[in-house]
Amino acid sequence: MSDPTVRAAERLEPLVVETSEGAQGLQRREATPAGELSREVGSVLRVDGHAFDPSSIDYERRDDETMIINMGPSHPSTHGVLRIMLELDGEFVLRAKPVIGYLHTGMEKTGEELSYVQGATNVTRMDYLSPVTNELSYSLAVESLLGIEVPERATWIRMMMSELNRISSHLVWMATNGMDLGSTSMMIYGFRERELILAFFEKTAGLRLNLNYVRPGGVAADLPDGWEDDVTVICDTIDERTYEYDQLLTGQPIFRERMVGVAPITAEEALALSVTGPLLRSTGVPWDLRRTMPYLAYDQVDFDVIVGTYGDNFDRYAIRLNEMRESIRIIRQCIEMMPRGDYRSQDPKVTPPPRARIGESMEALIHHFKLFTEGFHVPQGEVYSAIESPRGEIGCYLVSDGGPKPYRIHVRAPSFVNLQAVPLLMRGGSMSDAITVISTVDPIMGEVDR
Amino acid sequence: MIELPANAPAGVITADVLKSDIGCFPTREQYFGLVSALKADGFELCADVCGVDYLEYAERSLPEGVLPTRFEVVVNLLSMSRRQRVRIRVQAGTESPAVDSLFTLYPGSEAMEREAFDMFGIIFNGHPDLTRILMPEDWEGHPLRKDYGAGRVPVQFKEAPGPR
Repeated sequence: MSDPTVRAAERLEPLVVETSEGAQGLQRREATPAGELSREVGSVLRVDGHAFDPSSIDYERRDDETMIINMGPSHPSTHGVLRIMLELDGEFVLRAKPVIGYLHTGMEKTGEELSYVQGATNVTRMDYLSPVTNELSYSLAVESLLGIEVPERATWIRMMMSELNRISSHLVWMATNGMDLGSTSMMIYGFRERELILAFFEKTAGLRLNLNYVRPGGVAADLPDGWEDDVTVICDTIDERTYEYDQLLTGQPIFRERMVGVAPITAEEALALSVTGPLLRSTGVPWDLRRTMPYLAYDQVDFDVIVGTYGDNFDRYAIRLNEMRESIRIIRQCIEMMPRGDYRSQDPKVTPPPRARIGESMEALIHHFKLFTEGFHVPQGEVYSAIESPRGEIGCYLVSDGGPKPYRIHVRAPSFVNLQAVPLLMRGGSMSDAITVISTVDPIMGEVDR
Repeated sequence: MIELPANAPAGVITADVLKSDIGCFPTREQYFGLVSALKADGFELCADVCGVDYLEYAERSLPEGVLPTRFEVVVNLLSMSRRQRVRIRVQAGTESPAVDSLFTLYPGSEAMEREAFDMFGIIFNGHPDLTRILMPEDWEGHPLRKDYGAGRVPVQFKEAPGPR
């Protein structure tokens, strides 16, 4: 980098060069500018109206008193390829800095090469634990540019699937969080219950993880025969099991020792850091896009927004556990209120003709061929559609130049933004608390790096 | 048309965009003042910051009076108290795109601005740590630019020691 405004990498020791991320990583104190240093020690509100006092940071501390260590990118508790560099004083964290990008595959660039029909297969791979919400925010963006109406049944199917997905995502969170805290039983239970939901996904969409089920114009297929029974069994089983998790974890002394009061965050800090989702709600801010800015048919179902009080690890655990119960409530209402009708828009612009007609009509064949080779054209414009994913606000900013491919597709990934709270949450805690922080922030690296 | 807060810089062009969103088109000079006025007016959360490269789509529709440049920075702010979003599209420049950093207003914009720098080479003046975030530190070029071809660059292994 020749530009003087960009901080250049200062390679200090030849020995660290092999693993060094240069200026992206955590530098020694004397090599770090004051603004960046204050961020790494987790001071958030001092830059916001309060005077930042550089003398409050101990520049004089010599490097042989503290130690910069590296956690990740392949560490069992970092949930993928998250690398966190920590400056430790004994066992206590003084500074922390997440270093990301190890899973960057250029999905936004790829999205510009794919047509709108193919786009859903791309975005579904971003947050691999909640593919439905990714596809949904993308599809809502495309639909609002196209100006097409989605049939009511498709809306309700989408809502039911995204709530099932929320449960499966929170189950994985419960499982991995249990694993991080040493409760291997919880790990097994979480993945066991998730399997129920994945089996239903497979029955409905044909795939277990990257569904590509929600598409512009509706959903890919109608619900399978007997879906009411399947979903009722899932609801009954998981509802009952959440009380077992309660018994296993909530009152358990070791679990409480590591969760209650650990890594608190205030509402002001969370808002300043643009944090959303369970992390924000744990501070007592009742912000859930399903309630506050309803999309789909969330204004027609009855559910509660779960909020915490202290913003600590335990609140974030309790919120996710109770959100699973609320999702079950929503799914039960979906079963009752599921309307009949089409599962995708009959607008010929986005939907191919039925299979039977392709065999007998040349025009239908051409139409089908055009739709899956060239794709449909989307009117010029730009739109930002935001919905509530299990991790917070997921938004899709889409710019169309009128062609069959998006001109620019940007995904506002909740994990990417929430990761900024990590230095604040880790500060002053011990190394073992740092593990619980990574766990309760719940970053999904596929979404962070995109 | 919508009303901007009283202390916003004079002459900011606004336009209604899809649904309930509001679009503002400040110049680079008005940008920081507009965002700080909006923040004081109740937009607590900086939801999203991203860049767009309009190299191949320069004829996009913009309100009258906005001078289109190649790069645009798009900021989505959210007001929780009013349940409203506002979208700010600032023309960042063509040759050496640069805008002010929002870090002092919204510390949470840090990572998103770094991403926009990494992907587009847009400089955010006043950013505390403007380094690459997703690409390796010694990567050349900015991948999401339209003149950066996809799949044409051989894989760069960072500081690979060479064949042994």
